[in-house]
Order: sequence, then structure tokens, then C-alpha cells
Amino acid sequence: MNKLSLFGLLGLVVRRDLLLAMRRRTDVLTTLVFFVMVVSLFPLGVGPEPDMLRKMASGVVWVAALLASMLSLPRMFSADHADGTLEQMMLAPQSLSVLVLGKILAHWMLSGLPLALIAPVLGLQFDMSVQALWILVLALLLGTPVLSMIGAIGAALTLGLRGGGVLVSLLVLPLCIPVLIFGAGAVEAVNGGMSAVSNLALLGAFMLFALVFTPFVAAQALRISME
Amino acid sequence: MSEFFAMNGYAFYVWGSYGVAVLVFGIEVWLARNRRKNILRELKLMRMDTEENGERA
Amino acid sequence: MAINWFKYSAPSTFYGLAGKLIPFFAWPAAILFATGLYIGFFVAPTDAVQSEAYRIIFIHVPASILSMFIYLIMAGYAALGLIFNTRLSSMMAQALAPTGALFAFISLWTGALWGKPMWGAWWVWDARLTSELILLFLYLGFIALQASIEDPRRADKAAALLAIVGSVNVPIIYFSVKWWNTLHQGATIKMTGTSMHVAMQQAMFIVLVACWLYVIAVALARVRSIILERERNTQWVNELKEVQS
Repeated sequence: MNKLSLFGLLGLVVRRDLLLAMRRRTDVLTTLVFFVMVVSLFPLGVGPEPDMLRKMASGVVWVAALLASMLSLPRMFSADHADGTLEQMMLAPQSLSVLVLGKILAHWMLSGLPLALIAPVLGLQFDMSVQALWILVLALLLGTPVLSMIGAIGAALTLGLRGGGVLVSLLVLPLCIPVLIFGAGAVEAVNGGMSAVSNLALLGAFMLFALVFTPFVAAQALRISME
Repeated sequence: MSEFFAMNGYAFYVWGSYGVAVLVFGIEVWLARNRRKNILRELKLMRMDTEENGERA
Repeated sequence: MAINWFKYSAPSTFYGLAGKLIPFFAWPAAILFATGLYIGFFVAPTDAVQSEAYRIIFIHVPASILSMFIYLIMAGYAALGLIFNTRLSSMMAQALAPTGALFAFISLWTGALWGKPMWGAWWVWDARLTSELILLFLYLGFIALQASIEDPRRADKAAALLAIVGSVNVPIIYFSVKWWNTLHQGATIKMTGTSMHVAMQQAMFIVLVACWLYVIAVALARVRSIILERERNTQWVNELKEVQS
């Protein structure tokens, strides 16, 4: 039996999860629709003045992105946990961390990536300048993976608990605050005329830091939950 | 004495802070004591049960 | 003869030890708290700038310091419990969490009450107050996770992992909030602008020690209840004199 290389496993898990998700397309769309709806609600609540909206645009989009990715977190492991495939996966000879990284990547492709791609359209609602939109997408592309990674730890810890959805948000949101601060800060820096390089650099640093640690920690959390 | 409590006009803030702090400490001690009382009562009930069943069995 | 320190790492022996220790922490805590406040209110002079309102510092600063330290100690105990599988360490972490959360709340409450006369607003997005609020959320997350898992062993380990991840994030959160705050509001407003009069420092230090002793006493008391709750079916609990009488 040819031993599957780690990257082979990664690709396998990602393909499998994407395939499964595409079969139940509604789950993917709910995250996206939720994001669009939350962002569109703010002008109704706050009022249509363009300069006010422009100032709060990045904060609104980022908070909505945070909430939207929280929404789909419990599904990361729960389906496999329910029908027992997660236990089989944990018996795989390859390291569990890579498998979890695959799941995180799949979750990001289904929640983080679409949010980043659709964000410019929503940015227009807030009358954001083209340059600000470009920075917003870049910041989202750097920041949303971190949300998925930290979220994976929360999802693994609350595996199989009733009321897990709310609990994941309570555990994970405080840890995502630095990403929110520098993500929204990047766009505000551009609006303020300063360069957003420092914010984006820090977001990149968070991503690398999370990339190194979260798969391992999430794997530990899975082992704890599946004992 | 009342001048002291007036805290030069900041009475509400100063005594509001200390009042809530002492209140919170008090509640925490009371809860801890309460928790101990409950678990001891439960243990006693459990022991009586086992003794009754023990004798009868 | 070599003292077997591990004797006290067993819940049954630790239960008795903790019971004997509590008074030695509780009474000194009360006495020190009283003396600290006495010095703070009667010995320390009126502050030039903030007149009497600054006296809130004697409870606000110790509470803030403690809320941070208790979280780190809680994460330490949790890590010990996770690595060495010692149940007592996890029980200690669970016992510390509520007290830590309460101190975070007291720090926020007294910070707000102090902010109102000094800065004119109940809540100011000052870097320290904001990170204190986030720290409170971390505590609540720990307590919620611990409470929502029935099996104590899994609850301990899951909450331990969360506490470790949380403690790694505390500095990151603090610096990002500090950076965020200076961007928006200029330099953070100095809480203790005036140089500290010696009596002020004494009072604050005494109240800090008093709060420390208080935390130890409450944690020991709570861990004893946790031990009883978790070891309810064991023989040694059954033979306890409290249960026998």
C-alpha cells in the first residue's frame, strides 16, 4: 500500500471536504449570505451619510467577517464526528496535525475566501475608495485564515457539545481580536493617507504564527475530545 | 466624620467602588460556604442510602 | 528523612491540609485589608490633582494586577494537570477561575467608577481597561467550557488547553490593543500622573498582599468542595468526619 505523503494527505482531505461541502451547497451559501446581510444592515441602522459610512466601513466588514466565520466553525468536525469517520481519520498513520490543517484549509476556502472575494462589492455600499477596497481584500485574505485556524481549536474543543455553536464563538472571538484590530486598521491607515504595510505585515505574522501552532494544538484538542 | 464620608464630593465613586468590591468578596465567600454545605449534605444522604440498602441487602 | 512532597498531591491528603491552611490565609487577609485601607484613607494625603477620587487606586490596581496573575497561575495549574495528568492541578485551576473573573470584574468596575470623575466618562477605550475586558472574556470562556462538558477529565483537559492558548494570546492582545489605542486617542492617559506618596504605595502594597491571601483562601475552600464533588463515591470521603456526623 503506497504510503500517502503528508502533502498527499493534505490534498486528499481538502478535496474531500470541498466535495462534501459542494454537495450541501446551502451551508456554504449561508455563510456568504449572512456576511452580506450583516454588512448591509449597518447603513440601515446608522444612516446613509457617505463620509460616516466610509469611516466605519472596514470595521463593519471585518466584524461581519469574524461573525460569519464563527458561524460555520462547528461544522468543521461535527459531520465527521457524528458518523464516526473522525475516529477512523485519527487512526491514520500520518500526523493528525496535517489532517487538521487540511480541514482548516477546506474551511477557509468555504468561508474566508468567498468573504474576501465578495468584500469589494460590499465596500461599494460604503463608498470606499478603490485603493481602500484593494487593501481590504488583501487584509481579509491575510486575516481570515487566522480566524479559521484559531476557530479550529475552538471547534475541536467543543466537539459534540450541545450549544457548541455559541460556545465556540465565546472561546474564539477574544483570541481573534488582534486580527480584527490590524485588519480594520489596515484600511483605516489607507483612508488616513498612511501606508497599510505595517498592518498587513502584522497580519501576515499572525498568520504564520497561527500556521505553526494551531494545527498541533487543534490535533491535541481533538485527541482530548475524542478520548 | 460626615466630612470624611463625603470624600470631597467623590463619595459616590469611592464608596461605590469599595462597596461593590467588598460586596463581591462577601458574595464569593458566601457562595463557597454554600457550595460546601450542599455537597456535605449530599454526601450524608448518599451515605445513609448506602447504609440502608447495605443492611437490607 | 526525605519529605514526600507528593503526598500532598493526592486529593485525599490535600483535602485535610487545605482545611487546616484556610484560616492562616483568611484571617491575615482580612487584617491586612483593613490596615491597608486604613493607611489608604487616613494616612495617605489628599492628592493635589484628583483630591479624594484617587483613593480608588487602592482597590483598582491590586485587582487589575491580580486578575492578570491569577490567569497565568490558572494556566500554569491547567498545564500541569494536562501534562502530568494530576487531577488536583486541574481542580486547582477550576477553583481559581471564578476568583480571577471576579477580580477582573472588580478591576473594570472600579476603573469605570474612577474614570467617571477623572475622564468624564464611565467607559474609556483605554488600552488597559480594554485588555482587562478581554481578559474577563477569556475567564468566562474558560469557565463556560469547563462547565459545559460533563466528563470531568475531558473538561479539565479541554479547559486546560484553552487556558494555555489564552495565556499565549494575553500579551499579543495587550500590545495590539495598546497599539490600537495610541492610534486612536493619542498617548494613553496616565492613570497615576502624580508621583506616588510613600503612604499611597504602602497602602496599595498591603491591599495587594491582602487580596493575594484572600485569593488563596477562597481557592483552597473552593478546591475542597470540588474534591468532595468529584470524589463523592470514594471510600475516604465516606469516612470523613464531616460526612459521618
